[in-house]
Amino acid sequence: MQLLGSQLTQASAIAGNDVATFPDFPAEIRAPRGTRAGVSGFQVQFASEEIFTPGDGLDALVAMNPAALVTNVSDLKHGGILIVDEDSFAEKDLKLAKLKASPLDTDSLEAYRLIKVGITSLTRRAVEDLGLSVKEADRCRNFFAMGLVFWLYGRSMESTLRFIDQKFKKLPSVAEANRRALNAGWNYGETTEAFATTYHIGPAKLHGGTYRNIMGNQALAWGLVTAAQRSNKTLFLGSYPITPASDILHDLSRFKGFGVQTFQAEDEIAAICSAIGAAFGGSMGVTTSSGPGIALKMEGLGLAVMLELPLLVIDIQRGGPSTGLPTKTEQADLLQVLFGRNGECPVPVIAAQSPGDCFHVAQEAWEVAVRLMTPVIILSDGYIANGAEPWRIPNVSEFPPIKIHHPTAEEVGLPFRPYERDEMLARPWVVPGTPELMHRIGGLEKEDGTGNISYDPENHQKMVHIRAQKVANAAQLAGPCQVDGPETGDLLVVSWGGTYGACMTAARQARAQGLSVAHCHLRWLNPFPTDLGDVLRRYRKVLVPELNMGQLRMLLRAKYLVDVQGYNKVKGKPFTVGELVERIQAAIVEDGQAN
Amino acid sequence: MNIQLPVLNSSDFASDQEVRWCPGCGDYSILAQMRKMLPSLGLPQEKIVFISGIGCSSRFPYYMNTYGMHSIHGRAPAFATGLKVSRPDLTVFVITGDGDALSIGGNHLMHCIRRNVDLNIVMFNNSIYGLTKGQYSPTSPQGHVTKSTPMGSVDYPLSPLSVAIGAEATFVARSIDFNTKHLGETLHRAAMHKGTSFVEVYQNCNVFNDGAWEYATNRDVKDDNLLVLEQGKPMIFAKDRDKGIRLNGLTPEVVSLGAGVTEDDLLFHDETAPSPHVAFMLSRMRHPEYPEPIGVFRNVQRPTLEVQIAEQVDLAKQRPGAGDLQKMFEAGETWEVEETGA
Ligand code: SF4
Repeated sequence: MQLLGSQLTQASAIAGNDVATFPDFPAEIRAPRGTRAGVSGFQVQFASEEIFTPGDGLDALVAMNPAALVTNVSDLKHGGILIVDEDSFAEKDLKLAKLKASPLDTDSLEAYRLIKVGITSLTRRAVEDLGLSVKEADRCRNFFAMGLVFWLYGRSMESTLRFIDQKFKKLPSVAEANRRALNAGWNYGETTEAFATTYHIGPAKLHGGTYRNIMGNQALAWGLVTAAQRSNKTLFLGSYPITPASDILHDLSRFKGFGVQTFQAEDEIAAICSAIGAAFGGSMGVTTSSGPGIALKMEGLGLAVMLELPLLVIDIQRGGPSTGLPTKTEQADLLQVLFGRNGECPVPVIAAQSPGDCFHVAQEAWEVAVRLMTPVIILSDGYIANGAEPWRIPNVSEFPPIKIHHPTAEEVGLPFRPYERDEMLARPWVVPGTPELMHRIGGLEKEDGTGNISYDPENHQKMVHIRAQKVANAAQLAGPCQVDGPETGDLLVVSWGGTYGACMTAARQARAQGLSVAHCHLRWLNPFPTDLGDVLRRYRKVLVPELNMGQLRMLLRAKYLVDVQGYNKVKGKPFTVGELVERIQAAIVEDGQAN
Repeated sequence: MNIQLPVLNSSDFASDQEVRWCPGCGDYSILAQMRKMLPSLGLPQEKIVFISGIGCSSRFPYYMNTYGMHSIHGRAPAFATGLKVSRPDLTVFVITGDGDALSIGGNHLMHCIRRNVDLNIVMFNNSIYGLTKGQYSPTSPQGHVTKSTPMGSVDYPLSPLSVAIGAEATFVARSIDFNTKHLGETLHRAAMHKGTSFVEVYQNCNVFNDGAWEYATNRDVKDDNLLVLEQGKPMIFAKDRDKGIRLNGLTPEVVSLGAGVTEDDLLFHDETAPSPHVAFMLSRMRHPEYPEPIGVFRNVQRPTLEVQIAEQVDLAKQRPGAGDLQKMFEAGETWEVEETGA
C-alpha cells in the first residue's frame, strides 16, 4: 500500500499538481493482515493550488478489506467516493476485522458513493494465464485498484509502468502481472458505468524549475551530505537503528561515494560518543535517533557542550513516552531536547517544517554548529520523515561554501589557549595532528581561556554564563521572526516543526473569512528570535497549536509573560486544517472581538 | 621527502599539569612507564591521543603532553572509535579502569574489541572503585568487604582477559604497575600491534584496596606466583625456575621439573596461535591454584575497522558519478514546471 501511495504521489506530481502525503502504517512489521491493527494506509492530497498538508477529510477512499474500511471511513467526507473490494468481505475477512455483519449489507455506508468492485476476482482473471500462484496473483490487487484511481483522476500511468519494469526486472512474469492488473483497473473504470464523473486536477502554480518528489528523511540525508560538501568535511554518522529515524542511516550508508563514513554503533550512547570522537578529529560528526534514543544520548551531549565541539544531533520525534507509538507522529520531545541534561546545558535547537525543508535545516544547523563550536539539535517527526512533497531541485554550483578554519600554532601563538574565544564566543577548532597545539579537553569544568580543570566558584559562574551567551548568539545567525499576515490584530497563531503546513493553511483560511489572524512559524526553538516577545505582544491573543500537551506554550509564557493559549492534540496524528480553523474562530469569538 | 624527526624523551610527554593521584598510587608508575615508552614509537606528540572515561585512572590524559580527551564514564572506546575511523593517521590510547571498562562500559569494550579498531586499551585493574571512595568493582573477589558490601561481596568477579578473548581480541596482555620493565615492554608491544590491543595492568590502590596484588608484587613470593609468558618458550616459573605448566587433558597442571618431567613435557607459549583456546585457558589461571600469567597472551592479525571503512569509501568513490550531488538530486523521476509567477 505504501508503494502504491508513493506511485500516485509521483504521477500527480508529474501532472504538475502540488502534492502532500501522509503514510500511516502499523508499528509491527508483520501485523496480521486483515485485522484492524494491521491496516496500512497512505493519504495523499494533490491540488491545482499550493498546498501545505495532506488534507483533512478524504474525497475518495479505497478500502481493500473490511478492517481498512472501518478504521478509515470516518475520515471520508459525506458524498465522497468509496471503492471497496467486494471479494474481500467474506465471513473470515469480517471475523478478522471483528465485525458481525458486512457493512456492505447494512445502510451504514449510505452517506457515501459506494462503488463495489470485485477487485480480487478481476485481478485473478487478468493474470490467469501467467502461471502465478493464487497468492502471487492476489499481490497484484493493489495495482488494479491503482489503475482504477489513475483513471478516475486522469493520471498518467507511464511512470508507474516504468517503475514496475524497474522493480521487477528479475521477475518478468510478476512485472507482466502487475502491468496487466494496472491496465485492467484503468479499463474497468473506462468501460463500466460505475463512476458518474472523472476528475481533472490541473497543474498548480509552482516556481519554475525541475522538480522531484522528496521525503523528509531523504531530504535530511541529502542536506547533511550537501553541508559536508559545502564545508569540505568528511561526514561521520554514528547511529543506532530506531523508528522512524533509521532511513537516514540507510541513505547515508549508501553515500560512501561522497566520502561519508557510517558507523552502526552498539547502542545510542556509543553512536553519539563516536560522533563526538570524530568531531574532535575534525570531521562533521552526526548522530540520528528518535525520542527514546535521544534520552540515552543526553550525557554524551552534555559532554559535547563542555568540549565545545560542533556536532549535529537529530531527533525524529515519535509518539511517547517510553516506546510509545513508534510509527506515529508527535512533537513531545521539545522540552526533552532543551532541558533533558544535567546542569546548565544549553544547545541550539532547530525544527524542520516540511519534508523538503529538512534539506535546508540540516545545512543551517551545521552552519551554526561550526560558527559557534557547539552541538546543535535538529527536530523532525514521523510525519515529516515519511511524508513527501515536490521539491525544486537546486543548482548545486550556487551553494556558497561553509567556511571552517582549523588554526595552526603560528596563527594562535603559544602558549595555546584552547578556550580563548572570538567575537561570537566560539573557541578555536584545533584538531589532533596540529604541531605544538597539544591540549586536553574533558567534561570537568574548564578554566576560562586555558581550558585547564578548575573548581573555582567565580570561574564556574563565568563559564556557565559564557556557554549560555554563546548559544544565545545563534539568534544573530538565525534572524528575526517571519510573520504571515497582518502585523497586528486579534490573533497570532504560533507554530513550530511539522505543524507548519496545517497552521499556515488554517490561518490563511481564517483570514479569507475576514478574521484578523496572522501566523508566525518558529524555525529555531533555541534561541528564540530576538523580536519574538514584541511580535507576541502585537496581537490580542496568541494561540499555539502543538501535537503535545503545551510545551512551546509553556516556554513562551515563562519567557515573555504573555497569556498564550494552547490547542493540543496527542493522537499520533497531525492536525487537520478544519479543526484548526474552528479553534481559531473560537479563540476570537471567546474574546468577544469577532468582526 | 626528508622529515627530520626530533628525538623526544620522556619529559617531552609530560604536560604542565600537576599530577594529583594519592601518594603511593600505582598510577604514577604506569604514567612514568608510558611517558618513557612513547619516544620509542618515533611519533611526534601531536600524532598521539589519549582518551579516557571516568575514574582515578581516567585523569591520565591531563598529564600527557599529547592531544587528549577525558570523556564520560565507560564510553572511552566509543569516542576513540569515532576518532580513529575519521583519523586513521593518529595513534590512539584508551585509558580505563576495571569499573569504567567492565561495569558501566562493558558493552563498548566488547564491541570495540570485536571490531578490531586500531586502539591501545590500557585497563588499570585495582579491583575497587577509587574515585568514588571504595566500593567493590566487577573484578573484586567474592567476599570482598567494601563500603557497599559490609558483609562481603556476593557478585562473582569477571576475568578481564577472558572477557577480551571472548570478545575476539587480537592482542591481549597483562602486566603489573611496579614491574616497570615488563610494563614498559608490554605497552610498547601493544602500541605496535595493528588492531585493538587490550592490556590489563594490576594496579595497587594503596588507599582503598592496598595489597590486592601483594602475591604478584612482593619480592619474596612473586616469582612463585607469576608465570612470565615468552613467545616460543616453555612455561616455566618459580624462584628457582623448577616448576612448569603441563597440559593434562584439557586442564593445565603445575608440575615440578626433574624426576621424569622435562621441559619438553611442558606447554610452549604461542601467542600467535590462530585459535584462542590456549590463551583463554591461560586467562583462567588464577592465584593461588596457579601462577598467574603475565605478558602477551594473544597476538594475531585481523583487518581493522578503520581500514575496512576506508577501503569501502575508496571503492565507492571510484564508481561513476560518485560525489556528484547534482546527479544524485536529478536521478529518478523528475519533471519540469514552467515559471507562472506564483
Ligand atoms: S584512590 Fe586509589 S586508585 Fe585512586 S588515586 Fe588514590 S590510590 Fe590511586
